Amino acid sequence: MSTASSLNIERKVLELGTPLLLDGGQSLPEMRVAYETCGTLNAAKDNAILICHALTGDHHVVSDHPKTGKPGWWVRMVGPGKPIDTDRYFIICANVIGSCMGSTGPASLAPDGEPWAKRFPVITIRDMVKGHIAVLDALGIDALHAVVGGSMGGMQALSLASNFAERTRAALVIASTARHSAQNIAFHEVGRQAIMADPEWREGNYYAHGKGPEKGLSVARMAAHITYLSEAGLTDKFGRRLQNREEKTFGFDADFQIESYLRYQGLSFTDRFDANSYLYITRAMDYFDLAEEHGGMLANAFAGSKARFCLVSFDTDWLYPTAESRNVTHALNAAGLPVSFVELSAPYGHDSFLLDVPALDRVVEGFLG
Amino acid sequence: MNAAQSFMGKEGLRPDLAVIAENVANGASVLDVGCGDGTLMAALRDGQGCATRGMEIDAANVGRCVGRGLSVIQGDADKDLAFYPDKSVDYAILSQTLQTTMRPDMVLEELLRIGRRAFVSFPNFAHWRVRASLLWNGRMPVTRLLPVAWYETPNIHHLTVNDFRSLVKDRGITVEGQWFLSGDQSCSAAAANFRAEHAVFLLSRRG
Repeated sequence: MSTASSLNIERKVLELGTPLLLDGGQSLPEMRVAYETCGTLNAAKDNAILICHALTGDHHVVSDHPKTGKPGWWVRMVGPGKPIDTDRYFIICANVIGSCMGSTGPASLAPDGEPWAKRFPVITIRDMVKGHIAVLDALGIDALHAVVGGSMGGMQALSLASNFAERTRAALVIASTARHSAQNIAFHEVGRQAIMADPEWREGNYYAHGKGPEKGLSVARMAAHITYLSEAGLTDKFGRRLQNREEKTFGFDADFQIESYLRYQGLSFTDRFDANSYLYITRAMDYFDLAEEHGGMLANAFAGSKARFCLVSFDTDWLYPTAESRNVTHALNAAGLPVSFVELSAPYGHDSFLLDVPALDRVVEGFLG
Repeated sequence: MNAAQSFMGKEGLRPDLAVIAENVANGASVLDVGCGDGTLMAALRDGQGCATRGMEIDAANVGRCVGRGLSVIQGDADKDLAFYPDKSVDYAILSQTLQTTMRPDMVLEELLRIGRRAFVSFPNFAHWRVRASLLWNGRMPVTRLLPVAWYETPNIHHLTVNDFRSLVKDRGITVEGQWFLSGDQSCSAAAANFRAEHAVFLLSRRG
C-alpha cells in the first residue's frame, strides 16, 4: 500500500463566492484558499482529518514544496500506515489566509490589480479557521474526524473546536497555547521591527521594486529560529565549534557554527516567504487569546463542544511551555470534556513536533484511533 | 461479606481493582487518579459502559492510556486535582496511590469533593508479614506488596487499616463499604489490620 498513488494527493484552490467577514470588522473580497488533500474521502464523509500548519508552514503536508523541492513538512507523520494514516483517513491541509503560499495574503492582488501590501486587513487565527471551514463546506464535510495542529496549527485547532464546535469530533493540539504570552509577543515584535527597519520594506510596498526587505526578514527568521530550539539542543548540535576555521578571526564573520547556521536559515527563508505575510501572520498569533474571545473564561470557549481533546507538550519547549497546555487541559476539564494531556520528553525544543519523537507518533496514532 | 467469589470473576484485574470494578455501578462516571496504564478504566469502559477519565503522573503510562482510547491527563494527585469541578463524577478512584502522595489527607478530601463517592485502596503496613519483618529484622520491610527499599520507594506515607479508619472518622467521612484482601482471598474487617495485605474502602461525605 505504501505507494505514492495510494496517497492520492490533490492540490486545489478554492475561490470563495462571498466576501469573508473578518474579526477586524473588514471583509475580504475575492478570497482564495489553497489546500492539499490526500487519502480518500469515504461515502459518509466522516473520515476527514484537517491538519493545520504553523507560522511559516503551508498546505504541502505530504507533497514536495514547490519552491524548495523539499518533501512535505509532515511526511514522517502522514502517509499510508503512518500515525495519521492515509489508508484510513482523508487528509486536508489548507494554507492559512494571510500566507504567501497560495491563499490570499498581502502579496496577492487586490481588486484594483495592485498587491494588497499593507492595505491587507489584519487577520486573526479565527479568520484563518473561517478559511478552513469554507474548504470543509466546499468538500461537503459536516464534521471532521479530527482537527490536528502543532504550534500555530494548534491554535487553529483550538479555535475551530471552540468557534465551530459542531465541525469536529476531536482536536489534537501539539506544542501550542490558547493565548500568546508577553514573551511570545516580544519575540514576534523583534522580528517585525527587523523587517520594518529594513529600508527595502518601503512601508510594505516593495513588490514593484524587484527586491524586498530580505535582510530584515532574514533577521526576523534568525531570532524566531532560536525560539524553536532548546538550549541543550543548540549546545549539542553546535556548541562553541568554529565554522570551517581553526581560530577566531577577531572580526564579525560567522566564526561560530551557530552563526553560520542561523545566517543560512535566515537567508534561505527569504527565498520562500513574503515579509508582509510574516508581519500579518505573527500579528494574528499575537492577537490570539481564546479566553478573551469568550468573556475571559477559557472553559467557556468550549461550552458548545462535544469533542475529544488531546494536548501534547514537550519538556524542552520554552516557546509554548507545558504550563500552556496544562492551562487548556484544565479549562477542558472544567468544561467536562474528555481530554488527555501528556508532556513528552524530547531534546529538540519547540520544533520537536516536527521531528523524530516516537512517543509523539504513539500518542497521535492512539488518539486518532 | 464474602467478596472472594465475585472479584475472582474479573479476569486479569489486580484483586483490589477487581473489587472496585465489581462495585462501580454500570454506566457511572469515574475519575481514576493514578490510573497507571489504564487497565481499570478500560475494564470499566468496556465491561460496564462507564464514562471514564484518568490522571497519571508517568508520561509513558499516559501514552499507553491514550493509545487505548482513554482520556487521561498527565498530572500529580497532590497538585492537579484542584482543577476538577465539585461532584463532577460518580466515583473518584485512588488505587494504591494514597501512600505515595505528599498529603494523603488533602488528596482524600479532594476525592470526596470531586466524586460523589470515592474508592480508596492501599497496602496495609500493619499486615503480619510486615510486622514480623520489622520485629525480627529490625529493618524497613521489603515484601511482595512493598518490594522496594526504603530509600527509593514511592511509598512515602505508609499507613495501616486502623490509621485509615481513624483518619476517616476524624474527618467525618462515611464508610459505605470496605473490603480486605490477603492475596486473592478476602478477610474479615475485625482481623483486617493484622491479616489484610490490601484494603479497599468506599467512602462518601454526607450532606
